[in-house]
Amino acid sequence: MAASETVILDQSGIGRALTRIAHEILERNKGVEDLALVGIRSGGDFLAARLQNQIREIEKVSVPLGAVDITMYRDDLAARGNLPVGKTDIPFPLDGKRVVLVDDVLYTGRTIRAAMDALIDLGRPRCIQLAVLIDRGHRELPIRADYVGRNVPTSQEEDVKVRFDDAHQPVEVRLVKP
Amino acid sequence: MNLLIKGGRVIDPTQQFDEVQDVLVEDGIIKQVGKNLAAPANTETIDAAGCYVTPGLIDMHVHLRDPGLEYKEDIVSGTLAAVAGGFTSVCCMPNTKPVIDNKAVASYIINKAKTEGFCNVFPVGTITQGMGGERLSEMGELKETGCVAVSDDGKPVRNAELMRRALQYAKGIGIMVISHAEDLDLVGEGTMNEGFTSTELGLKGIPRIAEDIATAREVMLAEYTGAPVHIAHVSTKGSVRIIREAKARGVAVTCESAPHYFTLTDDAVRGYNTNAKMNPPLREADDVAAIKEGLRDGTIDCIATDHAPHHLDEKDVEFNEAMNGIVGLETSLPLALRLVAEGVLTLPQMVERMAVNPALILGLGRGTLKAGAPADITVIDPDKQWTVTPEGLRSKSKNSPFLGQTMKGGARFTIVGGRVVFGKQ
Amino acid sequence: MSFRHKHIIALRDLNKEEIELLISTAESMREINERDIKKVPTLRGKTIINLFYESSTRTRTSFELAAKRLSADTINISPSTSSATKGETLADTALNLLAMKPDIIIMRHAVSGSHYFLANKVSCSLINAGDGAHEHPSQGLLDMLTMKDRFGRLDGLKVAIVGDITHSRVARSNIQGLTKLGSSVFVAGPPTMVPPGVERLGNVTVCTTMKEAIQDADVVMMLRIQQERQGKTLMPNTREYSRYFGLNPVNLKLAKPGAMVMHPGPINRGVEMSSYVVDGDQSHILRQVENGVAVRMAMLYHVSGGGSVE
Repeated sequence: MAASETVILDQSGIGRALTRIAHEILERNKGVEDLALVGIRSGGDFLAARLQNQIREIEKVSVPLGAVDITMYRDDLAARGNLPVGKTDIPFPLDGKRVVLVDDVLYTGRTIRAAMDALIDLGRPRCIQLAVLIDRGHRELPIRADYVGRNVPTSQEEDVKVRFDDAHQPVEVRLVKP
Repeated sequence: MNLLIKGGRVIDPTQQFDEVQDVLVEDGIIKQVGKNLAAPANTETIDAAGCYVTPGLIDMHVHLRDPGLEYKEDIVSGTLAAVAGGFTSVCCMPNTKPVIDNKAVASYIINKAKTEGFCNVFPVGTITQGMGGERLSEMGELKETGCVAVSDDGKPVRNAELMRRALQYAKGIGIMVISHAEDLDLVGEGTMNEGFTSTELGLKGIPRIAEDIATAREVMLAEYTGAPVHIAHVSTKGSVRIIREAKARGVAVTCESAPHYFTLTDDAVRGYNTNAKMNPPLREADDVAAIKEGLRDGTIDCIATDHAPHHLDEKDVEFNEAMNGIVGLETSLPLALRLVAEGVLTLPQMVERMAVNPALILGLGRGTLKAGAPADITVIDPDKQWTVTPEGLRSKSKNSPFLGQTMKGGARFTIVGGRVVFGKQ
Repeated sequence: MSFRHKHIIALRDLNKEEIELLISTAESMREINERDIKKVPTLRGKTIINLFYESSTRTRTSFELAAKRLSADTINISPSTSSATKGETLADTALNLLAMKPDIIIMRHAVSGSHYFLANKVSCSLINAGDGAHEHPSQGLLDMLTMKDRFGRLDGLKVAIVGDITHSRVARSNIQGLTKLGSSVFVAGPPTMVPPGVERLGNVTVCTTMKEAIQDADVVMMLRIQQERQGKTLMPNTREYSRYFGLNPVNLKLAKPGAMVMHPGPINRGVEMSSYVVDGDQSHILRQVENGVAVRMAMLYHVSGGGSVE
């Protein structure tokens, strides 16, 4: 079966969405105090780095940046088989931080659940917020994003892919129909 | 009942026969071999067209496990396996429980074989009492009872002085000594051949010299005493060389090797296959080549199986814990026929190694189709294709490294004393 | 790539990519061991049995800790407290343990190849914690991880392994792994302790003297001399052994500057290694132990994937 793919967000569209999210984060948290970004591997960590840049351009401050690998926290290990395990790298204390978790696509919510468990095992953030580039619906857990680049209604058979270039910069978002 | 075996290729090296002839059997005795024989009245005719008709095969080295270890094998199941493999006579080793070191045990075996067995059974008595390696057995009475040789098979006679005396004493009585040639110190805790495979598998090795040194000792003792000795289950190139040189000097040494030693290498142990664990162990390609060459040039006189049945519980364990030995009676003939197909042996040579020579070495008065000889005859179907399976083996034990393999050739009819004991018309 | 083995019995059974995957997973696992809360829920609800037929403190506790850090439930069974002394066969013991529905059995056994025997009997995964003189894959992997920490790579290294090669499962696992990853192994020991054909196990060179083996080596791995295994015929005594095959600050200078010194432990100080070397700057022995937990976490993780097929 040939899959058909449509670009639903191009590079400049992604750029505008991330700029808007950066502003919303700053607005909601009233600046950069105690703010930290944690991207979910892999994809979310690249977007978190982009957001860190955007925030630096606006506020002239580098907020702490980390990455979390949630493989060890998955609830579907047996079904997925063993995936390669990435490194969790959070080079700052989480305690008391306002952590913005960053992911590329929000779908069932299970990844976010796992990422929150992982963060809580590492420390006690003051709060955790969620930023995603795409929200495609079909939640299986009571999880909602605080910052959304674009809402994309999808069917469960479809897939949403965020493509990154070799420099880990987002290039485009594609909707893949079966 | 009389029997006429018609139209088979009769191969009898004792008469230099190798042509299509008929064999007529009367009252359990071979009456005549000739062309287009007519069947006298009251004679059953066997069609042997396309088959080889040979003197009944003799396996001079089997373990029937009876008495005492009947859970592995007994005289009934063991002789059934023998006739299914084409053997009309087997010599059973004395490491039973109790061991065959007295008249009572030997008589038990002879009587049970006569009344319940399918083929001739010739017991081998022990060299030493209780196989204890200290005092000679009553070889005279053992021979009178019907033992055709003495051996402590399963272990060597460690003491060279005792072995020297055993050879001398046995010569006086006229009974053959069969040596299990092995230096136990060199064997140590080894469980397979010492070589690359043992290194890779991390198993303790049994070096070839454990056999070579013991073979050399037996040869030198035989040379010194002038008494004959037969070396059992030769597995190394060194042993073959030592025996070849001894024979050239005129030493009265004979020997046997087993089908697994000319068919398999220690590669068969990979996967820690306990059905490839035996003593002596499977060796390497060089040794296999040397065994074949020894069989070809006559250094190795006989093919004997060392049929060693073991219960599943004794093999389905960790490699080190598994007992040594494999069943061989039912796979020996097709494996020997492979040597013929490879051109290592001619058919008459194969018959010599499997029937003529064992009979001569042990003085069994068989191994021939001469008129007047007991009518022990094997009719071999060289084209019979079959697969070795646990269900198919008649032996009580299924410990064969050839399970799952396809064999070509086997017994079509096995005739013991003129009676068809295996094969249906 | 994903790991496709149900059991980990020998590095001989794994290919280069699978070995690299286990090592890189272990590198990721190390982060967990640095946390305040050293626990992730990955193997929550899984039951792991440590079945040790030979005594071992280091390997057993390391596997146990690895299992616990992944949130698995662990049971330790050792011969003195089990039915082994009552004559129960290995197969029966394993089948009885299966009734407890373990997901993984980690076994150490004195008989080479006993895991292959058991693999045909059990439905759960098996991890080899050492079998006779065959293999000790977790030790091989942690040794390689420790080398990778130091050199950033596992190809092109010259690794000397000195001691009783014949009886060493550590040597075999290292030879299998290092060869597959592109390094070369030089073994040395008294000829009584070098098994036939060892050079055919991989990229292995047999040296008759210690000097030859450790000359310009990147890594010098010393094996434990076990009097109980060597019997009486392999060497005169430990004093003479130590003189010819012991590592000391003088002969260590033959190796490359800053060469790593390793030992699988437990060490006989003054026999295979002098204390100056054990406690010296070049010793990575404690780092090996530390890496052991991460490597074993990686092994447990990779045999736990439900999608794996043997």
